[in-house]
Amino acid sequence: MIFCCRRPIFHKEGDCVDIAKELLAGNRLALSRAITAIENEYDDAAEIMKKIYPHTGRAYVLGITGPPGAGKSTLTDRLAHEYRKQGKTVGIIAVDPTSPFTGGAILGDRIRMNSLTLDEGVFIRSMGTRGSLGGLSHKTADAVKAMDAFGKDIIIVETVGVGQSEVDIVKAADTTMVVLIPGMGDDIQAIKAGILEIGDLFTINKSDLDGADKLVREINMMLDLDTFMTDWRPPIVKVVASRGDGIEELTEKVRTHREYIEGNGELNKRRTKRARDEMMDILNSRIGNYVKKKIVDTGRLDDLVNKMLNRETDPYTVAEELVGEMLKV
Amino acid sequence: MDKKIRVLVAKPGLDGHDRGAKVVARALRDAGFEVIYTGLRQTPEQIAEAALQEDVNVVAMSILSGAHPHLFPKVVNLVREKGMTDVLIIGGGVIPEGDIPALKEAGIAEVFTPGTPTSEVVKFINEHVKA
Repeated sequence: MIFCCRRPIFHKEGDCVDIAKELLAGNRLALSRAITAIENEYDDAAEIMKKIYPHTGRAYVLGITGPPGAGKSTLTDRLAHEYRKQGKTVGIIAVDPTSPFTGGAILGDRIRMNSLTLDEGVFIRSMGTRGSLGGLSHKTADAVKAMDAFGKDIIIVETVGVGQSEVDIVKAADTTMVVLIPGMGDDIQAIKAGILEIGDLFTINKSDLDGADKLVREINMMLDLDTFMTDWRPPIVKVVASRGDGIEELTEKVRTHREYIEGNGELNKRRTKRARDEMMDILNSRIGNYVKKKIVDTGRLDDLVNKMLNRETDPYTVAEELVGEMLKV
Repeated sequence: MDKKIRVLVAKPGLDGHDRGAKVVARALRDAGFEVIYTGLRQTPEQIAEAALQEDVNVVAMSILSGAHPHLFPKVVNLVREKGMTDVLIIGGGVIPEGDIPALKEAGIAEVFTPGTPTSEVVKFINEHVKA
């Protein structure tokens, strides 16, 4: 089937291009346009996803998260170079914040990755969060699938600079790396809930600075107190990303973690949960759209709200009636 | 649908002055665009490839060194060669009036010289990017 995307790759009158087919054939512009279709929720995005889905599930997804200025982009750049040295192809999705006020964004992660731009084995895409609060964009998971189907071996997902509670990356990644730097706070910070709970491994970047060893001790103490600990104890790796120090060891630790979760079934569990969550998300959003079409766009909601305000009815009764009416089970 | 205009802001060539590019990037951000900033000293090949990977609607280049007659047209050609026939390519910086016709001939949609209010750049993009 040939379908029309909004911005066809080749501008010939009336001649549309099958983006999914081109993507699977290795066309870089098709991959790029597929991600745009996904991000902008173009009509053909679902068609593209249907066609590429059978070709996904082969890439390994490495998530990188940490506070702003921790060096996530520089680290991503160095890791990509290291994976290329090991003969693997790399996809990178770098997320930066969208302004909640204007909807605009400065996506600046590429600045640290310029030496990768002309390597054909690497594909870098910047994304704005576009209103999502968990450190990723809502569309990150589908963009990962597009790169996966394209044939990338390793996909690195770099989150926005996170504070304490943006933990969506664990839902998208097979291995989650938390990047920290010395001097960000005392040891009580280390026992708080949030991003420190999600690390499969910890990277201490800028470890040539004062306080790096203290930070290692604090994370170790936090891990010592972890009562949910499986037999995987997250390793702590000291690196200086700007100099490339410790990067090889880091990829080694990622590999060890991968082998561990592949061996004990944890990877399967993670991916099963991800598939379930995705399915439910899509279903919820479809149902939401349907409901919106039925009651918001028709003006029925306004009538119901007026009745509620006059205390002629209440939201719970209305919800029960509407659900009963729309979802005949 | 959540459509956004994406703009690549790039500094081709060897001059190291990007205050202007950053001011424009900031103005475009405030206009609601997604701005991908690539940093200094980009080759035309790097700019064209970044434009492809990011699937931008606009490539905006800034040059202060005088290399625009060589570098601007080169970027236009490389971007077109990659199949991106619908990308708007604009330029800015210290560019003599006399050079502008040739740049437009080469495919630069508009040239913004010093003193241009940033709102003009925003307006031009909004008017020329096809939805």
